[in-house]
Amino acid sequence: MALSDKDRIFTNLYGTQPWNLAAARMRGDWDGTAAIMAKGRDWVVEEMKQSGLRGRGGAGFPTGLKWSFMPKERPADGRPVYLVVNSDESEPGTCKDRDILRHDPHKLIEGCLIAGMAMGATAGYIYYRGEYFNEGNILQAAIDEAYDAGLLGKNAAGSGYDFDLYSHRGAGAYICGEETALIESLEGKKGMPRLKPPFPAAVGLYGCPTTVNNVETIAVVPTILRRGAGWFAGIGRPKNSGTKIFCLQGHVNKPCNVEAEMSIPLRELIDRYAGGVRGGWDNLLAVIPGGSSTPMIPKSVCDDVLMDFDALREHKTGLGTAGVIVMDKSTDLIKAIQRLSAFYKHESCGQCTPCREGMGWVNRVMMRMVEGRAEIDEIDVLEQVTRQIEGHTICALADGGVWPVQGLIRHFRPMMEERIAAYKAAHFPMAAE
Amino acid sequence: MAKVTIDGIEVEVPNGASVLQACEAAGKEIPRFCYHERLSVAGNCRMCLVEVEKAPKPIASCAYPVADGMKVFTDTPVVRNARRGVMEFLLINHPLDCPICDQGGECDLQDQAVSYGKDGSRYREEKRSVKDKYVGPLIKTIMNRCIHCTRCIRFSAEVAGTPEMGATNRGESMEVGTYIEKALTSELSGNLIDLCPVGALTSRPYAFVSRPWELRKTDSVDVLDATGAAIRVDVRGGEVLRILPRNNDDVNEEWLGDRSRFAFDGLKRKRLDRPWVRRDGKLAPASWAEAFGAIVQGVRGKTIGAIAGDTVEVESLFALKAMLAAMGSTNLDCRQDGAKIDTSRPDYYLFNSGIAGIDKADAIVVIGSNPRVEAPVINARIRKRWALGGLRVGMIGPEVDLTYPTTRLGAGPGEIARAAEFLSGAKNPMILLGRGALARVDGAAVLAAAWDLAKASGALREDWHGFNVLHQFGGQVGALDLGFVPGQGGLDMAAMLAGGVEALWLLGADGFDAARIPADTFVVYQGHHGEAAAARADVILPGAAYTEKDGTWVNTEGRVQRGRMAVTPPGEAREDWRVIRAASQFLGVTLPFDTLDALRAEMTAAHPVFGRIDQGPLPGCTDDASPAGGVLGGASFELPIQNYWQVDPITRASATMAECASVYLNPQPLLAAE
Repeated sequence: MALSDKDRIFTNLYGTQPWNLAAARMRGDWDGTAAIMAKGRDWVVEEMKQSGLRGRGGAGFPTGLKWSFMPKERPADGRPVYLVVNSDESEPGTCKDRDILRHDPHKLIEGCLIAGMAMGATAGYIYYRGEYFNEGNILQAAIDEAYDAGLLGKNAAGSGYDFDLYSHRGAGAYICGEETALIESLEGKKGMPRLKPPFPAAVGLYGCPTTVNNVETIAVVPTILRRGAGWFAGIGRPKNSGTKIFCLQGHVNKPCNVEAEMSIPLRELIDRYAGGVRGGWDNLLAVIPGGSSTPMIPKSVCDDVLMDFDALREHKTGLGTAGVIVMDKSTDLIKAIQRLSAFYKHESCGQCTPCREGMGWVNRVMMRMVEGRAEIDEIDVLEQVTRQIEGHTICALADGGVWPVQGLIRHFRPMMEERIAAYKAAHFPMAAE
Repeated sequence: MAKVTIDGIEVEVPNGASVLQACEAAGKEIPRFCYHERLSVAGNCRMCLVEVEKAPKPIASCAYPVADGMKVFTDTPVVRNARRGVMEFLLINHPLDCPICDQGGECDLQDQAVSYGKDGSRYREEKRSVKDKYVGPLIKTIMNRCIHCTRCIRFSAEVAGTPEMGATNRGESMEVGTYIEKALTSELSGNLIDLCPVGALTSRPYAFVSRPWELRKTDSVDVLDATGAAIRVDVRGGEVLRILPRNNDDVNEEWLGDRSRFAFDGLKRKRLDRPWVRRDGKLAPASWAEAFGAIVQGVRGKTIGAIAGDTVEVESLFALKAMLAAMGSTNLDCRQDGAKIDTSRPDYYLFNSGIAGIDKADAIVVIGSNPRVEAPVINARIRKRWALGGLRVGMIGPEVDLTYPTTRLGAGPGEIARAAEFLSGAKNPMILLGRGALARVDGAAVLAAAWDLAKASGALREDWHGFNVLHQFGGQVGALDLGFVPGQGGLDMAAMLAGGVEALWLLGADGFDAARIPADTFVVYQGHHGEAAAARADVILPGAAYTEKDGTWVNTEGRVQRGRMAVTPPGEAREDWRVIRAASQFLGVTLPFDTLDALRAEMTAAHPVFGRIDQGPLPGCTDDASPAGGVLGGASFELPIQNYWQVDPITRASATMAECASVYLNPQPLLAAE
């Protein structure tokens, strides 16, 4: 059963209507914001917990729980409390936040106000990706509109709550999407992830309690609170509830962003919204289900896997940012994954030894694997190197950087061995005898 | 306190301690590269990973705080594999040029590779190569060896206060350097060599000189500034090859100024290695007997005085003082700079708060001093205190960059009294009076004004002594403690040089203009370097430098420390107290000690202060009576040391220091890109 239009949150996902405040109000944004806020932060946090919303940035941490980590009282020493919205959306295969920023910025802004209130924040920062220049301009214009309409600033939206919101443009580094690197970058330093603990909820932006949330997470908050946690929780499977924007791309007939219910079968998602796989479902080779960091799954898994956090985890991959990269049988998978490891090598911040040194190693071996210029047992070495990197670093970039390679080896090792054999046969024909 | 179990061993550590500290408390050694006790935690080398019960991943023990009841495992397959993995990654791009690396034998990477390294490499790709960078005349860089631990970056930014090091680029392309190529401007830059766990930053003067296992190591103290830093003198074949700091939390922590570290090559140049006697107006080589004979002839029946140098140990001074006393002379002076120091009470000229006491101060007024140049390690201690927050520093004197923010309160002594306002409200105010501020006509008045400021701002209490004089050299305080100043009816240096004496004994005294000595004065120069004073002398007695004798020195806080002989003096040169002992015999006033122990016993009996070995200043001030003052002049303060690198005969003879001076004092403009 497909998600009906009345259950869609992002009703202007495709920009068919203007993004501005007047149009946003027609779509229901900023409706009764003060009344929602009047119910208090405890109510909001509880409602978010009930809704089962999990962070949309990739890790899928329960949002209500995250907010509840923020100090209940303002720090005694007068330090402010911050909400930071992560819209440094740089994951290859993911472009959902971009559409929110440019077509529905007021959902995000209203969400910032309510979420800010729910965590006692005095100000919010939206850190958007450097390449999103036009989107940033729209966001800033929307923030200005909101200020002019009294929806931000002192007594925001007539709620009696003071809240300021700023937009900040990044410079295009992938690592700045990691929450603590984003905080460092926002502070004007080199974007390098911080050690945790302390977690941002204790020591975050400028040393103040901070929560970092994804754009989509924040943008769905007002609608959830207006329609009730039960409505949201009723969509999808338990613990994987709600709606989600999926980015469908690659070898599909109609690439698109679409808001669908969680736990939708992958095949239905592709067939219904993206016009099916190019050349038919049987032409499918593999899918990267959640943005470039998640390991790929072969067609056999794709046939009946559900698109949610837990179902994908069972298949040793993840929902991630729900950037679905579809690859048909024309794809050189080894080359595709090599391109991803080149990306992660380039985007590693260079702080931790395993990631700094290991990513280059992985990429170089992968470059040889593309040609087949390697030995069979080097596939094992490659696998071991990825295990040596995984889980040994400060942040998760290294994990995300090696998972695609692990996915390739897990599901397509014979393909790699064939490539090596073919190279040997072509270059050393005598040795084959 | 938190109870933590490390591999089954239960230890109690303070809350907030790191897992690594807990492991060390349990006697488990944790390998590390980026972690350093005196720097902030970076947690990026990932070598110190350990397993904690219930944690999904191994954690970096240097950065993870302990929790009560935590169970830590330091030797599980997960931990071992993680460390082996990190070691493999560190080595894939490391040049493995240990045979030609100066760090070889004292390299953390080498040592830990023994425990965690593989016997072969699985890495078949090309290694990364990084261009070497010029960071000044003291540090040689081989950036291929860099493992990006960022210790040097953190030291520059945090301890030295000159944030010139940094990392450019990202990921594998990350390079440590100064971004725009330049010589590091820190006086503490040599410590980067010690901090670097690999051979990326090594000592330029020591390049390809020796291997650590060839060196004989002697613990000693530094005398080239008044900090009295603990040092280790490394020697091979009778030659000092390098000087390294030792740990002494109360004095230098583990830092050492560049002058103290690199000036040792001056010990091999311009040395006096045999006695000389002036014959027919020209200095000629002589035997010891001839030299003593000439002294007997030149001194007998004449009024004699003695001037002591700035780095002389107290034993020789005691012997010289005793010899002159036996000859009926009290014409003594150790203040070559003419500082008007009141020796009636030790706390009038000591750094009474102690160097470690800086950690307790919350407001400091620096008067007529640039501690960054006069005692860089002490300045770093002030900076460390400032970095903790809640310290304000005011300055009276020339405007200088101390590496932390200061408030300029004035230029001359007239502003001293007004600084009380700046100190008001402080719990532990500190006055830091530079010795240079006393070496003026109105020095006594400055001393009294600074003391009165301390009194007015509540710095002289039974539990806190906030009056501090910062001296410049390691021998200055010892000489004052010994009372090497004019005795009853004695002449001071100015009077001696004005013709008050007919014979003058200069013990290492090179700190004044030798042309001031009247032409008809008979001059004995005893010392280790041939400079202007030696050239003026009628008899030269070759002595020992600080690395060549067992001696006692007193640092600016009054800490009595023993230095030890690391090499023998060159040629016929001898330890100074022995020379004086021999001369006394020739002069018919034989001194009553034949051994150093006998001398020390007598010295300690006469001056009990020298029995307080390695003890800090006495706490508190029980008597706040002011020293005798005078009329304050109007002249602005001037800094006594402009050239950090060349201040005394040893540093002036050093080629390394000469290069530093030319690089730092005459910076070459960057050539425009062609």
